[in-house]
Amino acid sequence: MQEKYDYIIIGGGVVGCIIARTLSRYEGRVLLIEKEADLCMGTTAANTAIVHAGYDPLPNTLKARMNVAGNAMWDALAGELNFAFERRGDFVVAVGEEELPALDTLMLQAKKNGVPGCVILPGPEVRRREKNITPDVSGALWASTGGICDPFAVTVAAAENAVMNGAEVKLNTEFKEFIMEGDRIIGIKTNKGDFLSRWVINAAGLFSDFVMHQAGVRPEFKIRPRKGEYFVFDRADVEIDNVLFPVPSDKGKGVLVTTTVHGNTILGPNAEIIDDKENSSTTISGMEEIWAGANKLIPSLSKKYVIATFAGLRPMGNAPCKTPGVNYNADYIIEIPEEVRGFVNLGGIESPGLASSPAIAKEVVDLLKDAGEEMKVKKDYDPIRPARPRFREMSQKDRKLLVDMDPRYGRVICRCENVTEGEIIAEIHAPIPAITYDAIKRRTWLGTGRCQGGFDTPRVVDILARELGVSPLEITKRGEGSEFLFRPTKKVEN
Amino acid sequence: MLKKDTYDVVIIGSGPGGLAAAVAAKKAGAEDVLVIERDTELGGILLQCIHNGFGAEIFKEDLPGPSYAQRYIDESIELGVETLLDTIVLEVTPGRKLYVSSRQHGFFEINARALVLAMGCRERTRAMIQIPGMRPAGVYTAGTAQRFVNIEGKMPGEKVVILGSGDIGMIMARRLTFEGAKVERVLEILPFLSGLNRNYVQCLQDFDIPLLFKHTVKFIHGKNRVEAVETVAVDDKWNHIPGSEEYIPCDTLLLSVGLIPENELSRQAGVELDPLTGGPYVDESRQTNVPGIFAAGNVVHVYDLADWVTLAGYEAGKGAAKFAMALRASEEVHIPVLAGNNVHHVVPQTINKRSLEDEEIELQFRVRMPVEDRVMIEVHDGKNQIARRLARYARPGEMNTITLKPKNFADVEKASSITVDVHPR
Amino acid sequence: MVEKRRLICISCPVGCELDVTLDEGKIVDVEGNSCKLGLDYAEQEIFDPRRMVASTVRVKNGFHPLVPVYTEKPIPKPKIFEVLAQLRDIELEAPIAVNDVVIENVLDTGINVIASRDMPKV
Ligand SMILES: Cc1cc2nc3c(=O)[nH]c(=O)nc-3n(C[C@H](O)[C@H](O)[C@H](O)COP(=O)(O)OP(=O)(O)OC[C@H]3O[C@@H](n4cnc5c(N)ncnc54)[C@H](O)[C@@H]3O)c2cc1C
Ligand SMILES: Cc1cc2nc3c(=O)[nH]c(=O)nc-3n(C[C@H](O)[C@H](O)[C@H](O)COP(=O)(O)OP(=O)(O)OC[C@H]3O[C@@H](n4cnc5c(N)ncnc54)[C@H](O)[C@@H]3O)c2cc1C
Ligand code: SF4
Repeated sequence: MQEKYDYIIIGGGVVGCIIARTLSRYEGRVLLIEKEADLCMGTTAANTAIVHAGYDPLPNTLKARMNVAGNAMWDALAGELNFAFERRGDFVVAVGEEELPALDTLMLQAKKNGVPGCVILPGPEVRRREKNITPDVSGALWASTGGICDPFAVTVAAAENAVMNGAEVKLNTEFKEFIMEGDRIIGIKTNKGDFLSRWVINAAGLFSDFVMHQAGVRPEFKIRPRKGEYFVFDRADVEIDNVLFPVPSDKGKGVLVTTTVHGNTILGPNAEIIDDKENSSTTISGMEEIWAGANKLIPSLSKKYVIATFAGLRPMGNAPCKTPGVNYNADYIIEIPEEVRGFVNLGGIESPGLASSPAIAKEVVDLLKDAGEEMKVKKDYDPIRPARPRFREMSQKDRKLLVDMDPRYGRVICRCENVTEGEIIAEIHAPIPAITYDAIKRRTWLGTGRCQGGFDTPRVVDILARELGVSPLEITKRGEGSEFLFRPTKKVEN
Repeated sequence: MLKKDTYDVVIIGSGPGGLAAAVAAKKAGAEDVLVIERDTELGGILLQCIHNGFGAEIFKEDLPGPSYAQRYIDESIELGVETLLDTIVLEVTPGRKLYVSSRQHGFFEINARALVLAMGCRERTRAMIQIPGMRPAGVYTAGTAQRFVNIEGKMPGEKVVILGSGDIGMIMARRLTFEGAKVERVLEILPFLSGLNRNYVQCLQDFDIPLLFKHTVKFIHGKNRVEAVETVAVDDKWNHIPGSEEYIPCDTLLLSVGLIPENELSRQAGVELDPLTGGPYVDESRQTNVPGIFAAGNVVHVYDLADWVTLAGYEAGKGAAKFAMALRASEEVHIPVLAGNNVHHVVPQTINKRSLEDEEIELQFRVRMPVEDRVMIEVHDGKNQIARRLARYARPGEMNTITLKPKNFADVEKASSITVDVHPR
Repeated sequence: MVEKRRLICISCPVGCELDVTLDEGKIVDVEGNSCKLGLDYAEQEIFDPRRMVASTVRVKNGFHPLVPVYTEKPIPKPKIFEVLAQLRDIELEAPIAVNDVVIENVLDTGINVIASRDMPKV
């Protein structure tokens, strides 16, 4: 017997997971499938982590509407799901007199998009607020509603809350094609078998074009990956506590100098269109570009304190904006297409897709209602995902209490970020089990510090093997094919 | 579990630096010496350095790392050094209070009269030298690979490229060869060897492992696991020379690109670091700018030979013991004055016993509960009475006193604390 | 026939470069050494090159799955891989003490392979 669902979501990025969580509020069976060994391994894994205020998208686009509406939903989301979110506001920094007019343009756009809380600050005030900024700063747009978050935490928390409310998540499960009955989608075929469903929701990010083409929808739609690269600094050495954008150019929002909820300063991204959707490599030219871009805002940076580099791919689409008169070729698609039934189609959810994600999920529910779904709220729906202890964020006093309660929290496994064995074990046995090194890293922030896993890797491999009851040789970094170890040195079994 | 909450000398790290400091501190007269080690056994990085080449200076022998460590482990145990294993120091305050955590012993505080920092160093990573490319499994620092192979007995790779001609990299080239892996190449961006000549001979030359100077890695290929590295020749300014690229299929890239002193704890403690070494500024006794905090070994600057680390550890241990003994002597002169039965508090809270030799000391206190009858005010050392006085009543609203006289000195001198009690008569 | 060989002395960390002159297979001159050990090394390296070998062997019930071992003295270079092969087949039983003999007189070299640390039992 094939499993039968009401909603299947393809893709375990932030968009898919927040949709799953939102749908789990209503009656009906929800399944989310993700082709990788963990959630959040696509675009959501590598971005700037900013909850944009909404002054950036072109007015009257779906993108603008989703961004502004989405931004307003984050406080409640963070409050319910217990993840780190800080509304610290952001700056768009003009350097030199010639960049000042760009601020007025953005201000106007902010008004049109309905973004509250924006002001233009004079240069000296910007310098007062960020002492490291270039002396050539001429002014800045300050957007008080801008925020920062931990995208992994958001995504995993949303999926966990969905699971708490009855949804299912299947990892390592790749969508191949639809099962059709006439013009109606009745299910999907995957590498792990077939699943039937009344609705299928496309949240496949970079691969959303493939999914919609399988449904025969929008054959002209194409995702072009646009790569962005980053530098991460050691918390102890570089402390830029603000979110600083340059003025935007035709290449996009430009290279930022920004901070993360973990306290690390990061630089990036650049924007380079590439062909290969798997190619999230860092490059020499990319790194030079972001270095130059960041130095324009903060001239005092030193490469000596870089502890990590990474790159992400934006799923840039070519869907024109539906609002008449708006000439824009990279708007979001959020629709129930007419060609097939039982399909909610999302595409081109590039930046600010993270910021927009709660609004996108709400839009999906509204579309389903429009299509005649009753969307009856479950009686026992629980919106709260409890937080698990994070040793590194605790006071010495609270640490003592925690360790007294459960001594496994007393053993520190990641010496740079102070992540404990207790936390790792909790993640391995969480509602969505973390079964790879990277999965544990993303959830606990282990291995992200200055030693970059040099110390913790052998220890985490051991703990994973022990908790999962497998050989250390089977433990992977990011799923099958990424095993850490090849064989025993002799024939040592253990 | 720990016997005390205050130690004469506490040492963070049990590598040769830490163990030598422990041994020297004991020999210099420190009574309570504690070594805290986050790993599950004593010895530090030496335990995974199973190759010989240690001890030429001190023992005039050619020992493997573990044998070298074993000598100091045995000696410190014999001397009665206490140890806490599998226990990490999370924070050190400038006043030498340590916050430590462990699965076995829990989370607690330790006070050190003197502290020796011997945390060693960590390896430079891929990100620090910014090697472009994908981020697959199979990129390891040489030390991490060394731990996998030598301690855990697991092979981190079969076809290996090594970046950096440091000793750890060359030594791992031989180790991996011994265990059946193929080392394709060792690359060095400099025009000369960064490790020892002898390691070049016995680790690379002996096994025909090619070493290329003025070469580096330009790109790492592979989505899940390393599939290849692209190497490139560089000029004197480390600019890539176009056309010199080579695509080398492999499953592993080992990095041996330098070590950095591990000083996060030192910084918290207010220890000033020398930007040139990355370690603390120290004097000849290895004392840092923070009085009572000493440092030795790779935490101060990166050493090539363990023997030098050991010698530095001796100096630090001696210095720490001296500091601790002086502090202890002054502590012994000062004793606390405690509030006993029906006493809310006493001022002064501590006294210098020596002052009593020629001066009176008045102890001022308040009682907790009123006694409207005659009371006896008594000072004792826990066993014996030292002084007493009768009073007609005692009321919380009124301050009370009792005075110690030079004649009490003989009794007070023996006490480690004194207590004031108020009893009804 | 006069032959020149360039060697690097590995007897200590200094690593002197030795220029050795051979005549009719006999060493007639060594230059570049900083001490007498260098001369001995040249002699040894040319006529009977030897190396210390350090590796690991498996341990049953030990604190770790392996114990590090080494040859007490340098063994002939051509025998390195044979020694390693022998070590691969051995499995010891914990506890083991530092300097315990793991293989006596390995490959008839007159040299023992010994443990380089204690390996307690778990
Ligand atoms: C450099 C960069 C910077 C950015 N900065 C920001 C920012 O600061 N703020 C912001 O709001 N947004 C930002 N974004 C955009 C944001 O990251 C994305 O919009 C958002 O993460 C998209 O989420 P998603 O869930 O749609 O896609 P993804 O996270 O890519 O999720 C899609 C998932 O679908 C899975 N999948 C694909 N095909 C299949 C299949 N056949 N079967 C099963 N599963 C499949 C994938 O493996 C993937 O996990 C940035 C993006 C980039 C690249
Ligand atoms: C791979 C390698 C090969 C070498 N080969 C040789 C050689 O052939 N010959 C030679 O003479 N020398 C060699 N050396 C050099 C020598 O071994 C080192 O210089 C020496 O071991 C450093 O000693 P240490 O005590 O400073 O540090 P380590 O030995 O690194 O000891 C530091 C200890 O502190 C502990 N620690 C750190 N932070 C904390 C904390 N917060 N709480 C608790 N514990 C903590 C660590 O776990 C570690 O055990 C080699 C070094 C390496 C790395
Ligand atoms: S000749 Fe002497 S000093 Fe030079 S490497 Fe050999 S042993 Fe060392």
